[in-house]
Amino acid sequence: MTANAMTQTAAPETSALDASVPGGVGDDARRPDGTLKVLGEFAFSSDLWAPDMLWGATLRSPHPRALIRGIDLTEALALPGVYAVLTHEDVPGAKLYGLEIQDQPVLAIDQVRYQGEPVAVVAADHPETARRAVARIAVDYEVLTPVVDAEAALGPGTVSVHPSGNLLRHVPIRRGDPAATAEIVVSGEYQVGMQDQAFLGPESGLAVPADDGGVDLYIATQWLHVDQKQVAACLGLPVDKVRLTLAGVGGAFGAREDLSMQVHASLLALRTGRPVKMVYGREESFFGHVHRHPATMRYELGASRDGQLVYLRANIVLDGGAYASSSTAVCANAASLGVGPYRVPNVVMDASVAYTNNPPCGAMRGFGAVQACFGYESMMDRLAAALDLDPVEVRVRNALATGDTMPTGQVVEGPAPVVQLLQLVASAPAAKAATGDPRELPGGVSNTTRGEGVVRGVGYAVSIKNVAFSEGFDDYATARVRLHLIGGSPAVLVHTAAVEVGQGLVTVQAQIARTELGVEQVTVATADTSVGNAGSTSASRQTYMTGGAVRAACIAVRERVLSRVGGSRLVAGTIVDDSGQPLVELVDVLRDGAVEETVQWRHRPTDPLDPITGQGNAHVQYAFAAHRATVDVDTELGLVRVVEIATAQDVGKAVNPRAVLGQIHGGTAQGLGLAVMEEIQLVDGVLRNPSFTDYLIPTILDMPTMHVDLLELGDPHAPYGLRGVGEPPTISSTPAIVAAIRAATGRPLTRVPVRPEHIVAC
Amino acid sequence: MRVTCTVNGQRREADGVWPGESLLYMLRERLGLPGSKNACEQGECGSCTVYLDGVAICACLVAAGQAEGRQVGTVEGLANGSGVHPVQEAFLSAGAVQCGFCTPGLVIAVHDLLARNPSPSDADIREALAGNLCRCTGYESILDAVRLAASRVAP
Repeated sequence: MTANAMTQTAAPETSALDASVPGGVGDDARRPDGTLKVLGEFAFSSDLWAPDMLWGATLRSPHPRALIRGIDLTEALALPGVYAVLTHEDVPGAKLYGLEIQDQPVLAIDQVRYQGEPVAVVAADHPETARRAVARIAVDYEVLTPVVDAEAALGPGTVSVHPSGNLLRHVPIRRGDPAATAEIVVSGEYQVGMQDQAFLGPESGLAVPADDGGVDLYIATQWLHVDQKQVAACLGLPVDKVRLTLAGVGGAFGAREDLSMQVHASLLALRTGRPVKMVYGREESFFGHVHRHPATMRYELGASRDGQLVYLRANIVLDGGAYASSSTAVCANAASLGVGPYRVPNVVMDASVAYTNNPPCGAMRGFGAVQACFGYESMMDRLAAALDLDPVEVRVRNALATGDTMPTGQVVEGPAPVVQLLQLVASAPAAKAATGDPRELPGGVSNTTRGEGVVRGVGYAVSIKNVAFSEGFDDYATARVRLHLIGGSPAVLVHTAAVEVGQGLVTVQAQIARTELGVEQVTVATADTSVGNAGSTSASRQTYMTGGAVRAACIAVRERVLSRVGGSRLVAGTIVDDSGQPLVELVDVLRDGAVEETVQWRHRPTDPLDPITGQGNAHVQYAFAAHRATVDVDTELGLVRVVEIATAQDVGKAVNPRAVLGQIHGGTAQGLGLAVMEEIQLVDGVLRNPSFTDYLIPTILDMPTMHVDLLELGDPHAPYGLRGVGEPPTISSTPAIVAAIRAATGRPLTRVPVRPEHIVAC
Repeated sequence: MRVTCTVNGQRREADGVWPGESLLYMLRERLGLPGSKNACEQGECGSCTVYLDGVAICACLVAAGQAEGRQVGTVEGLANGSGVHPVQEAFLSAGAVQCGFCTPGLVIAVHDLLARNPSPSDADIREALAGNLCRCTGYESILDAVRLAASRVAP
């Protein structure tokens, strides 16, 4: 692992921090859940168990589009060991749910709109019994021709997937002169395939019926409160009778933003009066969550002969699939970030998302910015070629900087080190030459070449991503912090509803409490809905938002402690006055009682985008990353090996440097997957590869060594100056790798993932 | 049927096992050992890696009945009651744990690798762990963990 950190400016808003306590902000503090995880004792949502527990299973539609003429449950109910078989008629509350638009049935009502749509659910005393009961449910389908092409869905003459029509959202961005002309014009059409989040821990949870008629749900999710609101609505229960507790989450990457089995397990538990556990297998998981939107993008760039961008025109069409999920927000991201981290005075951008009968698409790491980045970065390489300029140079000449204006009219505040990031990856040590070990060649252990036909290529890309929720959303997080004595020593309890998905939020919350309160012993309580809303673990926002809330609650606690004795600061467990003279020990103050504060914390408000011009200060923070990829390509077989990746990212402040590197390595790997291997294959709306045998994600053989440069340019508005880190690494790694393959092969490569036939095609 | 085997050094019996049940299901749901994870059920991801008579295998691909009379070793038994095993400690030191779902299988796979090859090269490590998928780390810190464990585990 290579990592170089550079701190360019001091983090702003430094309060009276106590740096004497180890494990604070900026330390490589260890995960509090790490030991349980390596011992195999950490309780993931699929590991839960309760006395008298039943197992749930789901009947899913085999057809992408069909009418349901009848459902016969007789044979399923007759199977010994079966306790309940439920359909939409058994949903007591709202029968539709959804994050932005409530258009998705809890269980299909008279029709199905995608292959895998849940039709009925079963509870039985053994998972195999439940599966066999599912197989005995007889559904009479009238199969219809599915709508499977997003562009055709938006054209005339295509049947509507929903009564509202197939256009889910159109986001236009208009800036400058729409008829601008330029000396050099390049254009291209690009496509992005459907990527799966492929977290390792499939959807699962345990619903336990409660004495008050409500339900306690132990669940792996990304946002407890939005699940709670939706589940309660569907069950027809008041929100306070649906209590959620976070179970161990085996990765998320966007796939747990929407409901999966939450309502189903709760319905079965309330019907049977017994705890019900549901655990999807890998195949079902591919049907159980949304995917990354496939995209078709047409770009045209106009530039002066010296390589200055004059205009950008783009049309992006996203396939939203059968239900809305978060498609409307993904579309806004693709539009508002679709120009990339570049200064462009004249922009005509149109992004649209369509309903089809393909699997629903929604959130995945990068959220609309991934697709657009493949488009604009491919175009920048095309422009470089047209101008005979170095690909880094053409980017540097147009790079966004502080004070520049985005195509939405938003002025970029705070550091925007696009040039610096590009220069860092360009000047990183070159990838090592091949050692001759055949395992390091394309094809690897398959032993397909000894080096003949292998060509090396290098490619670059840079990306921009918004952090936290945008477009005027009231984005906040809540934290409860309690400072008390445990065993006679000061200790802190941090309680939020913010979801740890693996990224290390539990570590970061404890680090912030240590730094703000100078107390080493910090416990982060299990996240649940007994404390206020923390918002979603998505949009690279949780260290910023819940970290900000924990910090604010710690400051409130500290102020109360200080005010008890008229103190000025808290230093190493001692309260001191204005002149630094010790007044009293913290431990003595806490003998008068614990201090607890609950704080709601918001980022600066954002504005909606104007629906006609796309103008508006829609985003609260931008994050930037650059990648350089080096690949070896077997040009005869079309096999690619990524040899090395260099990346540079501004993280504002690395609250936990090791966790930051983990995000950068892991995010880059997911971008590599999209570049060369990962795609959900659909034929007429039917998913052909729902398994890890057929849907390939990068293994340790596929992922190269990385060189990472971290910049810590503080954002004056963010806690500790930090910048969201989770998503940018995923965004620019894909186009950098494809650019490297183009450099090696000379092929245009307009679609990801790149397949061998794209490389060897005659 | 009844399956009797030795798990982590202790004789264990599971009653009412279906012929179609996997060793993984028996461990997780009948013997109270959910440390081994089910992430693919096809032997592709390695999350369920356990020892069967000293050989690292995917417990999802072995029928529960095949364990009859044999020795099974799971992640729960690796430290043998003494805190954490050096391989587990290396994962913690190197920051190789994020969501942790792949971790139990990887810990067994690394333990197995180092037993066979105490000083693996990077290429050896990559080849040995090619059957263990991780979606969070990009594998860089896992390589660090293996190098660290190799330097600490006496051959």
